[in-house]
Amino acid sequence: MSYFVPTELGEAIGLMAVRDVNIVAGGTDFYPSRVSGPLPDDILDVTRISGLTGITRVGDGIRIGAATRWSDIVHADLPAAFAGLQAAGREVGSLQIQNAGTIAGNICNASPAADGVPPLLTLGAKVELAGPDGTRQMPLASFIKGPRQTALRAAELVTALHLPLPPSHARGAFEKLGSRKYLVISITMTAVVIGCDASGRIDFARVAVGACSPVALRLTALEDDLLGQIPDAIVVEPHHLAELAPISDVRADAAFRMEAVGEQIRRAVCKAADANG
Amino acid sequence: MDNPVVDAMTRFRLNAEPVGVNPDVGERLSDSLRERLGRRDVKVGCNAGDCGACTVLIDGEPVCACLTPTQQAEGRQVETLAGLAGTDADALRLAGCFLDHGAAQCGICTPGMIVSAVALLRRVSRPDAQQVEDALGGVLCRCTGYRKIIDAVVAAGETRAAAAENMAVDDGHAGAAIRRLDGAGKVDGSEAFGDDVAPADALVLRIIRSPYPRARFTLGDLAGWVADTPGVEAVLTYADVPGENRFGVIPAFADQPVFAEVETRFRGEAVAAVIGTSAAMRRFDPESFPVTWQELPAMQSVAEAQAPDAVQLHEGREGNRMCGGLVRCGDAATALAEADVTVEGRFRTGFVEHAYIEPEAGFAEIRDGRIEVHACTQAPVMDLDALEIILGMSRNDIRIVPTGVGGGFGSKLDLSVQPYLALAALKTGRPVRLTYSRTESMQSTTKRHPAEITLKIGADKDGRIKGFDFRGVFNTGAYASWGPTVANRVPVHASGPYRITDYRAESAGIHTHCPPAGAFRGFGVPQSAIAQESLFDELADRLGMDRLEFRILNALKNGVPTVCGQVFEQGVGIGACLEALRPAWHAERAAARAHNAGDPKFRRGVGIAAGWYGCGNTSLPNPSTIKAGIRPDGSVVLHQGAMDIGQGANTVVPQIFATALGVPVHLLTLIGADTDVTPDAGKTSASRQTYVSGNAARLAGEVLRGDILKRVNAGDEARIEFAGEDIRVIDGNVAHELDLAGLPVDAEGYVLRAEETYDPPARALDENGQGVPYAQFGYAAHLAVVEVDIALGTVKPLKFVAAHDVGKAINPMLVEGQVQGGIAQGLGMALMEEYLPGRTENLHDYLIPTIGDMPPVETLIIEEPDAHGPYGAKGLGEHVLIPTAPALLNAIKDATGIRLTEVPATPARLRAAIKEAAHAQ
Repeated sequence: MSYFVPTELGEAIGLMAVRDVNIVAGGTDFYPSRVSGPLPDDILDVTRISGLTGITRVGDGIRIGAATRWSDIVHADLPAAFAGLQAAGREVGSLQIQNAGTIAGNICNASPAADGVPPLLTLGAKVELAGPDGTRQMPLASFIKGPRQTALRAAELVTALHLPLPPSHARGAFEKLGSRKYLVISITMTAVVIGCDASGRIDFARVAVGACSPVALRLTALEDDLLGQIPDAIVVEPHHLAELAPISDVRADAAFRMEAVGEQIRRAVCKAADANG
Repeated sequence: MDNPVVDAMTRFRLNAEPVGVNPDVGERLSDSLRERLGRRDVKVGCNAGDCGACTVLIDGEPVCACLTPTQQAEGRQVETLAGLAGTDADALRLAGCFLDHGAAQCGICTPGMIVSAVALLRRVSRPDAQQVEDALGGVLCRCTGYRKIIDAVVAAGETRAAAAENMAVDDGHAGAAIRRLDGAGKVDGSEAFGDDVAPADALVLRIIRSPYPRARFTLGDLAGWVADTPGVEAVLTYADVPGENRFGVIPAFADQPVFAEVETRFRGEAVAAVIGTSAAMRRFDPESFPVTWQELPAMQSVAEAQAPDAVQLHEGREGNRMCGGLVRCGDAATALAEADVTVEGRFRTGFVEHAYIEPEAGFAEIRDGRIEVHACTQAPVMDLDALEIILGMSRNDIRIVPTGVGGGFGSKLDLSVQPYLALAALKTGRPVRLTYSRTESMQSTTKRHPAEITLKIGADKDGRIKGFDFRGVFNTGAYASWGPTVANRVPVHASGPYRITDYRAESAGIHTHCPPAGAFRGFGVPQSAIAQESLFDELADRLGMDRLEFRILNALKNGVPTVCGQVFEQGVGIGACLEALRPAWHAERAAARAHNAGDPKFRRGVGIAAGWYGCGNTSLPNPSTIKAGIRPDGSVVLHQGAMDIGQGANTVVPQIFATALGVPVHLLTLIGADTDVTPDAGKTSASRQTYVSGNAARLAGEVLRGDILKRVNAGDEARIEFAGEDIRVIDGNVAHELDLAGLPVDAEGYVLRAEETYDPPARALDENGQGVPYAQFGYAAHLAVVEVDIALGTVKPLKFVAAHDVGKAINPMLVEGQVQGGIAQGLGMALMEEYLPGRTENLHDYLIPTIGDMPPVETLIIEEPDAHGPYGAKGLGEHVLIPTAPALLNAIKDATGIRLTEVPATPARLRAAIKEAAHAQ
C-alpha cells in the first residue's frame, strides 16, 4: 500500500504501467465517490509532477497543465474568449472545490454535468496525453466517450489541455441553471464564444451545451446559422438542438432541459456579445 | 524528489507548529487532523465536499479537508479554527462579531464559516455582503438562515480599525439581547459535538443496512466471519438485544426494531452492526459482510399502501393506517353549501430531510458497572426511557450525557446511534463509537411527512369564512415515530389563526416502505398551512378583497373560540402580526407593480401568509423541572436540562432564572442535561423550552430568591448580591449578610437549593377535538417578495418581512436568529427540497439553501404577553417556518398568476405550469 508522489512524468507513467494505482489530483471527485467503502490500496498523486500545473502561452494557443486548479484558471490573465471558461470555473462547486479541483480531473471524471467541458469545447480544446508509448493529442470531444468513460489507455495520463486562441475580438460567456446559488449541479449549462463584426453581426460562433446529453456537445448547426445574425435577434430552432438527448432526473425533466437550454443559449450569446461592445 | 513514495510520515505546519503524522494511504486530511492530531475543531458533515464544515486553510486557501489526501499537506501550512482562534487577529475579530450578531447557533458550521471568512479578510479587508456570500458559498448552515453570518463578517471587516468592541455588559435579564452564554466554544472550535468526545482507544461500530426498501435477509456464519476478520471484535444482531427489540417515541405506538429480524421495512434499516478496532474499520467494506438479501416488492406511496391487496406493515394497523385525527365544530358541509363563494384545492408535499450539518454520533462505555451513552440528542431522558426497555436494565444503571448538538429540528428526538452504542459497549466491555455517514443519516433517520391534502373553504360575500373542510393524508413511512403527533396536531392547526365556526379537519397517517416520517419543525403544520394559506389568497381574490385585509378580518381575537372551542381571553397576537405587515404589504406591492409595468422577463410578486402553533404537547402533560443550587463558595449553579440544539435554551433559560433570582446572568454556573445530575426538562420539541422550561426556571429562581430573602427577613423588593462566600441582601437602606460557609452542605454540595416543576395547563380533547390542546399559541405572519424568471422558471426571493408574536422576547437577538433560520428552512421546503429515498441521499442531490439563496429578513417582534408564559413569553421555534412556504407560493402566484399546489417549486415544475397556463389562454 503506497501513496506515490512522483515529481517527474516518467516516474508516474512507469508506476502506472506496473501497478494498479488510482490517480488523485484535487480529490474533489475521488473522495465523494468513496464515502462508504475503504480507500484504494495504491494512490498516485499527480499534483507535484513538474510541468503538470500552470497556464502558459504556447505558439498561437494556451496550454493549461492537467493539474491546474480551477481557482488558478479563474484568476489567470486570459483573453476575453476565455471568459466563459473562467465563469464556469467560478461555478465549479464552491471556492473550496475550486481551490482543489483540477481541469483534467473535471474532464477525466467525465460527468455529463461537468462545468468545465462546454467552455472547453467552445475553445476547441485538445487533450494532451502521455503514456508508455509517448504522447498524443486528441480533441476533447473525442476524449470523453460517455458518462464516466474516456479514451484514456492503460497507464496513460492527461498532461495538459491545448486551447488555440480564437479570433481576438471573440468573447466567451457561460450560463448555468441550477436550483440554488452555490454548490449546485447544473440542470443545464451553456458556453459560448461569440465574435461580432463592426456592424454588430455575429462573425464567429461557438456554442456548447452540457447536462443535456451523455457528453456535452457543440451545436455546430446552430453555430453556422448564427453567423451574420444580430445577437439580440437570434432564433434557436428545434433542429439546432436535435443532437441533444437530455434525461429526466431529480433535478429536472427532459422537456424542461430542452426548453431551458434554448433560452440559455440566447442569453449566453447576448452576454458574450454585450461584452464585445 | 528521488523516492516517489511519500515517506510514511507526512510533515506539515499545523497552525504554528510543525507536526508529523503517519496516515493511511490517501487518508482524508480531516480524519488525520481529528483522529491523529486531536483537532476536533475540524467538523465533518458529509465527507463529500458538499457542506464545507471541514474547511481548513492550506497555504492560506480554503479547502475541504475531507477531500484532501493528508499526504498533499506535506510541507505545507494547515490552519484550522482552533489554531486561528488563539492567535489570528482576523479570527479573533470574527469570533467576537459572530457572538455579537448571533451568527453561531448550533455551531457545527461555525469553524468552516470562520475559517473561510479569515481567508476572505486576508484578501479583502472590508468585504461587502456579496463578497462574503461568494467567499462563504461553500459552507452550508441549517440553523441561522445565513444573514447574521453575513452581517458578522461584514462587521468584522468594518471594525478592523476600531478598538475591540465591548458589548455593554448588563444583567442579561429577560429582554436583553445578550450573546449566547455557550457561544465561546462555538467560535473557537472547542465545543464538543457527538463525534468529538470518544476516547482515542474506542472501538468503532458500523451498521449493516438494507439496500432495499423491503427485503428478506439471511445472515451468514457470523461467528466464523468475526473469527476470520482481523480487527473485528463482534457483530450485533437482534439476538443481542437483551430487552425488547422495539422502540418508539410514543409508547403506545412503539414499533421500530433496533435490528430488523426477518424482513426490512425501509431502505437503510439496520440488520446488524460490526464492531472493530478503528484501524480495521477504516478498511472495512460493508459489502464483505455475510448477509444475503431477497428484495421484495415495496410500497412507496400512500396510494399503494392503501390498495386493497396491499401488504400490511404492522399488526393491528389495517389498511396500513397508523392512526388519524379529527377536529370538528359547527357544520362544515352545510356552511359550505350556503357560502357565497367557495374555493378548493389539492396540495402535495414531499419528504423533507432535516439536513443538520452534524450527522448523528456518539460513544458509549461501561463505567462503574453502569452504561453511559454520550451522544447528540434533543431528548436525553426519552433516550434513557427507551434504553431501559431495549437493554432490559434498571434505569439507575443508565446514564445519558448529551454532547453538543449540531442541529436537530426534530429528528434528534428519536433514537439513532444510542441503542447500537449501548449494546456494543455491553457486548465488548469497551468504549465504542459510532458516527453516521451523511448517507446513513439521510437514509435512516426521520423525515418531514409527505402530505396529500384536499381542502375546501367558503366565505360569505362580506368576506367571513363560512365552512372549512380539510382532509390530510400523511405518508408516515415504515414506523410510527412522531406520526401520531402529526395526525393530532394537524387538525387542531389546519384552520390557521382564524375564526372558523363551521370546521372539519381530518388527518390520517399511512405506513409505507419509506423511511419513518417523524418530527420536523412544525409537526405537519407547515404542510397544512400551504393548503390553507394558498386557498385564503384564492378566496380573497374571488371576493375581490385585499389579501391582507381578508386575513385581518378573519383573524382570531381575544375571547373568540378556536376551532377546538378554546377561548383565549388574552394573548392572541395574530391581528397585531398581520397589521404589522401592512406598511410593507402596500409598499412592496406598489414596487412590484412598478417593476412589472413593462412586462419584463423577470416578474416580481409579493405574498403573505400567517400561522400559529400551540406550544407544548397536545393535550398531554409535558412537565419541565429545573434545579438550582448555591455552593458554599457563593457560586450559583443552574442545572439547565433543556437541550440547546442551537436555538438558545442555554441562554434563554438562564436569563429567565437570573431575572427571577435577581442576579446578573453572567454570575451563573451552568450544568447541562446529564441525566445523573440534572432533572428532566423535557424534550426540545413543540416550541416548549422557553415557555415550559422557562417557567420552571422562573419558579426555581423565585423559590431560591424567596428562601434567601426569608433567611435575612428582607422584603420582596430587596436586591441580592453575591460577594464570595457571602450573599448581601440590600433591603432599602439595610444591608443583610448571609454567610454561606455557615450553612449545612447537602449531598450535591449545595447550601441553598431549589427544584421546581412546571406543566402547562392543557386538557384532553373530546371525540370532536374540542377542548384545551395548549395553554398558549404563538402567532406569525410573513411577507415574501420574489422575482420569477419567466423563461426558466427560477424563483429568487428578494426579501422577507416576518412578524412574530413571541409574547416577550427574552433575547431579541436569538428571536431574530430563530426567525431567519426558520425562514431558510421554509424557503428550502418551498423551492428546492424533496427527499427521494434511494435518489437524494447526499447533500449534492438533496439541496438545501446556501448563503446565496437567503435574502434579507426584516423581523418585526410583536409582544402580546401571554398569561402563562414566563414574563409573558411564548414559544417560537416552529412558528418561524409555518408561514414561509405559503408566503412564497402566494408571491409566485402574485408574480405569474400561477397557483402551484405542489412543493418544491423547482424551475422545471414552475416553468411547466407557466407554459400550461399560456397554452390554456
